[in-house]
Amino acid sequence: MRTIFRNAHVCDPSQGIDKRADVVVDEGKVLAITEHSTPYDVGSCEVIDCSGLVLTPGLVDLHVHLREPGYEYKEDVQSGTAAAVAGGFSAVCCMPNTDPPLDEPSVIRGLLKRVEEVGVARVYPVAAITKGLQPEGLSEMAALKEAGAVAVTDDAYPLQSAEVLRRGMEYAAQLGLTVMTHCEDKSLTRDGCMNEGFAATVMGLRGMPSVAEEVQVARNCLMSLYTGCRLHILHVSTAGAVRIIRWAKEKGAPVTAETCPHYFALTDEACMGYNTNAKMNPPLRTQEDCDAIIEGLLDGTIDAIATDHAPHATHEKAQEFALAPFGIVGLETAFAVSYTELVSTGKMSLSQLVDRMSCQPAKVLALPGGTLQPGSPADIALFDLHRGWTVRAGEFRSKSRNTPFEGWELQGKPVLTMVGGRVVYRHGM
Amino acid sequence: MPTEVKVMDAHEMRRALTRIAHEILERNKGAENLVLVGILRRGAPLAHRLSRLIEQIEGTAVPVGELDIALYRDDYRTHAVSDIGATHIPVDITDKKVVLVDEVIYTGRTVRAAITALMDLGRPACVQLAVLIDRGHRELPIRPDYVGKNLPTARQEFVEVKLEELHGEDSVCIRKPDEER
Amino acid sequence: MLTDLISLRETEPTDIRRLLDTAQSFKEVLERPVKKVPTLRGKQVVTLFYEASTRTRVSFENAAKIMSADTTSVAAASSSVQKGESLLDTVRNLRAMRIDCLVMRHPQSGAAHLVAQALDIPVVNAGDGMHEHPTQALLDMLTIRQHKGRLEGLTVAIVGDITHSRVARSNLWGLSKMGAKVRFVAPATLLPRDVHRLPVEVYTDLRKGMEGADVVMALRLQQERMERGLLPSLREYSQRWGVNTKALEVTKPDCIVMHPGPMNRGVEISDDVADSGRSVILEQVTNGVAIRMAVLYHLLGGEAAG
Ligand SMILES: [Zn+2]
Repeated sequence: MRTIFRNAHVCDPSQGIDKRADVVVDEGKVLAITEHSTPYDVGSCEVIDCSGLVLTPGLVDLHVHLREPGYEYKEDVQSGTAAAVAGGFSAVCCMPNTDPPLDEPSVIRGLLKRVEEVGVARVYPVAAITKGLQPEGLSEMAALKEAGAVAVTDDAYPLQSAEVLRRGMEYAAQLGLTVMTHCEDKSLTRDGCMNEGFAATVMGLRGMPSVAEEVQVARNCLMSLYTGCRLHILHVSTAGAVRIIRWAKEKGAPVTAETCPHYFALTDEACMGYNTNAKMNPPLRTQEDCDAIIEGLLDGTIDAIATDHAPHATHEKAQEFALAPFGIVGLETAFAVSYTELVSTGKMSLSQLVDRMSCQPAKVLALPGGTLQPGSPADIALFDLHRGWTVRAGEFRSKSRNTPFEGWELQGKPVLTMVGGRVVYRHGM
Repeated sequence: MPTEVKVMDAHEMRRALTRIAHEILERNKGAENLVLVGILRRGAPLAHRLSRLIEQIEGTAVPVGELDIALYRDDYRTHAVSDIGATHIPVDITDKKVVLVDEVIYTGRTVRAAITALMDLGRPACVQLAVLIDRGHRELPIRPDYVGKNLPTARQEFVEVKLEELHGEDSVCIRKPDEER
Repeated sequence: MLTDLISLRETEPTDIRRLLDTAQSFKEVLERPVKKVPTLRGKQVVTLFYEASTRTRVSFENAAKIMSADTTSVAAASSSVQKGESLLDTVRNLRAMRIDCLVMRHPQSGAAHLVAQALDIPVVNAGDGMHEHPTQALLDMLTIRQHKGRLEGLTVAIVGDITHSRVARSNLWGLSKMGAKVRFVAPATLLPRDVHRLPVEVYTDLRKGMEGADVVMALRLQQERMERGLLPSLREYSQRWGVNTKALEVTKPDCIVMHPGPMNRGVEISDDVADSGRSVILEQVTNGVAIRMAVLYHLLGGEAAG
């Protein structure tokens, strides 16, 4: 089955393409990007009119919590990947803090089997760096890699011991695995629940200082330099962290970094009124941090925009602020929030945004996708950039509703997503 | 435009109060054991005036108290009272002859509340009621003992008493509601 | 019109003034031999306390009872909290029993806010975590006003553990809205981040912070602060930040001393100061009942009541 996307604005930063063209897909792969697709229009062939739409390589999310196995009431492979493709993502990396955690090959294999059965997007498991995500005791990374893990991480349970991190990085490096770290010095955050700053002071909430993130960003970057292990810094939220990563990259450390839309679209003011849907870890920071994050995205210090999609049930968020769990959903708002905040405002070009949400994330872990080069998998997203829409969590495909963007008027709507040549999402097309 | 009719001026008010002072003394055979208690806010200045008048006639000072009934109103639920005064009665009212003083008696509910409030403060020998204006429309079996002026009114009309101490002038007006447009 | 009392930060100055004036009027009732008025007859007031505080709970219950309301007290130990029921489920169940007003104390900041949003009856915050304790600040303000005749233009030094104090926060908002100048005096480790952006003068030096003050308010210092490594020792704290006779030398001569209780004598306040003529600590307690009467009166009165 052949598909022709006709008359699209094709934006593929991996090839420097940003022009009107047709895209021909055949046998699950990109066949051609051409100005004249008529010669390809033979036999059974679906032609999709893309006038006025932007066609990009499918978005790639380095940081998603699919919650399966163990927390299927929050999200599962089916709902999580449905949410992903509704957001223009054709591939997601899923984090290991499940129950049981992704720390054993059998769990990874079980998850990938589920993806095969019910998933609509590509899913790349990220395994736990330690057994049971415990403070120490390295996981069987070689076996995990063999089972399908694309990286290892301490997300949600940041390693406090520098020694454990060091050995984990040395061990991962020999296997060619990237270590993804959640940077947080727990002795500084303790039982904090939001950014330490004016809003927390007014609300009487215990704070998580930005320095708690920064000291670990610095430590981990130094460890990457020392061990030579590829390091990916998850969800960068502070200006200081951006500066440290910039320095590490200058020093030649094999470091990449991601941020999330909320870290440049929102500040800790969003928590006022004890809004638990603005509670995540790391916490929302200040305007100064938002500005530095955008600067980091522009100069390449921050390679990728990920979502840290972290679904939680409504009753879990309807609690006292300090007791509610950290995390927000993001898959279905990430593109529009980023487009509205970065491109509509003129801070960034469309192709830069596509680069940060598709090409670069694929590159960070050397994943397939992130490009429309002929021969590459036909992972494609179509966006209507002219369409304004209002965020209504009730309409999400995700099982959870915990978004801080409820009611926001956004620009840019994913209208079609294709994974491996198969259309997995259509909206008004 | 609402229409306003003056029904009592300062001179008439003074005469009415003087008459009430005489009636109080006559009924109680002098000023002995009397306490005047004005209901806040407009009853309080009237009670003070009656006390002065009684002193002029009888040569004896009568203690005056002020009573706030906000805590006793039965219409508290629908009329949130924001202007609340403090009850202050300088003597123990137990076994005293208490004369409650208010400017207007209407449904009788205010007086009902005032009597309840008084009972919480002691056990008077008797309670009498003096009002400047009786405008009718009683909803409770309450009758004033001393009345400055009986004033037939319609329910939708509003009787406004102004006092020198509070408003800079002594007068009573009836205000009729707006004509239909 | 007041519908809940959650924080003084979010309370209009006119409402604060009205509550103070009303409480002042109600004080007379407390002096009567029979302390009972019928105002809230037939109303069900529930005090839900997730933290032990005999003083505040009794104060609210006395206020309610003086006004003839029926009170039920639910203590955390005897409630379904232990069974892992969520706060919202607990209060929705209470509401289903047709209660008219909920007074709550909770260790988590924002708990009262959460409950007020979920219930259609008046909710009174009797202290939520480190956030606010509005009736405490109101009774403090009433006490100050009784002594000084005004709040405007006064300098009030609040001394102690500012970071963890809901009393400090409520007093800051209430007093500054009424035109008083507020100072926070504390060791640096007990001052919250960005405290300078609040309408307050901040001092780490007790003597400087107390200079010329009309009112000094000492806050309770919890033993836990030492365990968490925020202070070296009680001894050093009481020497540097304890309110004692010597420290009071630099205040206005007629400066009054307050404490929200319960006091750690010899730590944040010395014995001689606590028992001196300057101490108005017991008046605060009396005023607490009057303030809580005023709060219940305004919240349960008028058409706003559910
Ligand atoms: Zn994380």
